[in-house]
Amino acid sequence: MSAVTVSDEQATSTKAKVIQPAWVRALHWTNAFAMVLMIMSGWQIYNASPLFDFTFSRSITLGGWLGGALLWHFAAMWLLMINGLIYLVMGLVTGRFRKKLLPITPEGVIQDTKAALTGKLSHDDLSKYNYVQKLLYAGVIVIGILVVLSGLAIWKPVQFQYLTALFGGYEAARYVHFFCMAGIVAFMVIHVALALLVPKSLRAMIIGR
Amino acid sequence: MGRMRKLLIPGVDKTLLVRDAIKTMPDLTRRRFISGGASLGALTLLTGCDVTDSFSAEEMLRQVSKFNDSVQSWIFNPNAMAPTFPESAITKPFPFNAYYSLDEAPEIDGKDWKLEVRGLVENRKSWTLEELYQLPQVKQITRHICVEGWSAIGSWTGTPLRDFLKLIGADTRAKYVWFQCADKDGYNSPLDMQSALHAQTQMTFKFGDEILPRAYGFPMKIRVPTKLGFKNPKYVISMEVTNDYKGGFWEDQGYNSFSGS
Repeated sequence: MSAVTVSDEQATSTKAKVIQPAWVRALHWTNAFAMVLMIMSGWQIYNASPLFDFTFSRSITLGGWLGGALLWHFAAMWLLMINGLIYLVMGLVTGRFRKKLLPITPEGVIQDTKAALTGKLSHDDLSKYNYVQKLLYAGVIVIGILVVLSGLAIWKPVQFQYLTALFGGYEAARYVHFFCMAGIVAFMVIHVALALLVPKSLRAMIIGR
Repeated sequence: MGRMRKLLIPGVDKTLLVRDAIKTMPDLTRRRFISGGASLGALTLLTGCDVTDSFSAEEMLRQVSKFNDSVQSWIFNPNAMAPTFPESAITKPFPFNAYYSLDEAPEIDGKDWKLEVRGLVENRKSWTLEELYQLPQVKQITRHICVEGWSAIGSWTGTPLRDFLKLIGADTRAKYVWFQCADKDGYNSPLDMQSALHAQTQMTFKFGDEILPRAYGFPMKIRVPTKLGFKNPKYVISMEVTNDYKGGFWEDQGYNSFSGS
C-alpha cells in the first residue's frame, strides 16, 4: 500500500507543476513595467502642482519636466490599460480570480496575518494563496481599476464628466488618483519585500515553476 | 488656498520658473530633459529596449502624442458641454498664470488694438474693440483646468467664436483656427476646428462681468472650456483660419497639441 502512495506522489511532483501560467507571467511583468513608468512620470506631473506640502525628488521621477512627464504618462497609459484589460478578461474567463482569490473571509485574513507575523505561515504550496495574499491581490486589482478610472476622470473632465462626477468632481478625482497611486506604491513595497523573502515565489513568477 | 496664493505672487509661478529655467539652457540641454528621463527609465527597469537612444525615445513619445491627438479628437463630442457652476463657486481671487510675471504682461491700448483676421475667410477686415463689443455676448461660469493640474472656476463673457466665424465667412471645413498673441516671446496656439465650433468656445471680453483685466488677457481672450488652460490664448491680436498646422508656444515644447478636457 505504502509503495503505491509513494509512486503517486513521485508522479505528481515530477510532472513539474506550473504555478504561474505563461499568460499571468507575461501580463504581470508588463504591468510592473507600465506601473513604474506611470508612477514615476506621475510624480513629475504631481510636482507641477503639488496637492500636499511635499514634492518628489527629481532623481526618482521620469520625463525631466512637466511636458516630458506628460508624454510618458499618456504613452505608458495605453500599455497599462490594454494589459490590465486583458488581465481582467483572462482572470474572469479562466476562472483564475474565483479560484485563486475567493473566498476572502475576515477570520481567514486575521488567522493568516497572525501566522505571517509569527513566522508560521506555510509557503509549501505556492499555487494556493493564503488569505493575506488573497486580500492584497484582490485589493490591488480594485485599486488598479480605480487609478485608471480616476485618471480618465481628470484627463477628460468634460467628455467623461459623468465619471468625473462619480469621483466627486475634478478636484476630488485628483486626490482619488493620488491616493490610489499611494496604495499601489504601498502594495509594491510589501509585495517586493515578501517576494524576496520567499524567493521561490519570485522564481515561479519568472519561469512558472 | 496656500498653494493658490503662491501662484499669485509674481515670480513664483511654477510655469514661469520652468519656462525661465528652460530658456537659460542651450537647445541640446532641453532635448536632454526628455532623453534623460528615458535613460533613467531604462536603467531602472532593465528593459531590453534601446530607450537610451534619446532620438528613438523622443520620437516614440512624439508619435504616441500624435496618436493621442486623434484619439482625443475621436472622443470629442461637440454636444458635450463643459459643466457650468453658480456664481458662488467662482474662485476668488482667480489666479494670474503665465510664463512671465504680471508686470511683464502685455499692456494693450484698447483704442489702438485691432483683431486681425487672416486665412480662409471671406471677409478679412480687421476688427476694432468697439466693433467687437457690438456683437451679442453670452456669459458662462466654467472650470479652467491648467496642464499643471490645478483648476479654478471663473466667469467669462463674450461672443461665441462660432458666431464670429460664421460672420466673417470662415471656411469651417478648414482644420484649424490659429491664434497669435501679444505676450512676450510671441505666444500662439492652434485650435482644431471642431473645438473652435463648440458652443462654449468664446471670444471673451469680460471676466466676472467687468471688462477683461490685463491679468486675464485684455482686450480679448479665447476661452475654450473643453481644453486645458494653455489652449486658451490671452491678449489675442490675430486669428487665422488655416489647414496648416502652425504649431504653438507650448505645443512646440512638447505639450500635447489637442489637450482636450
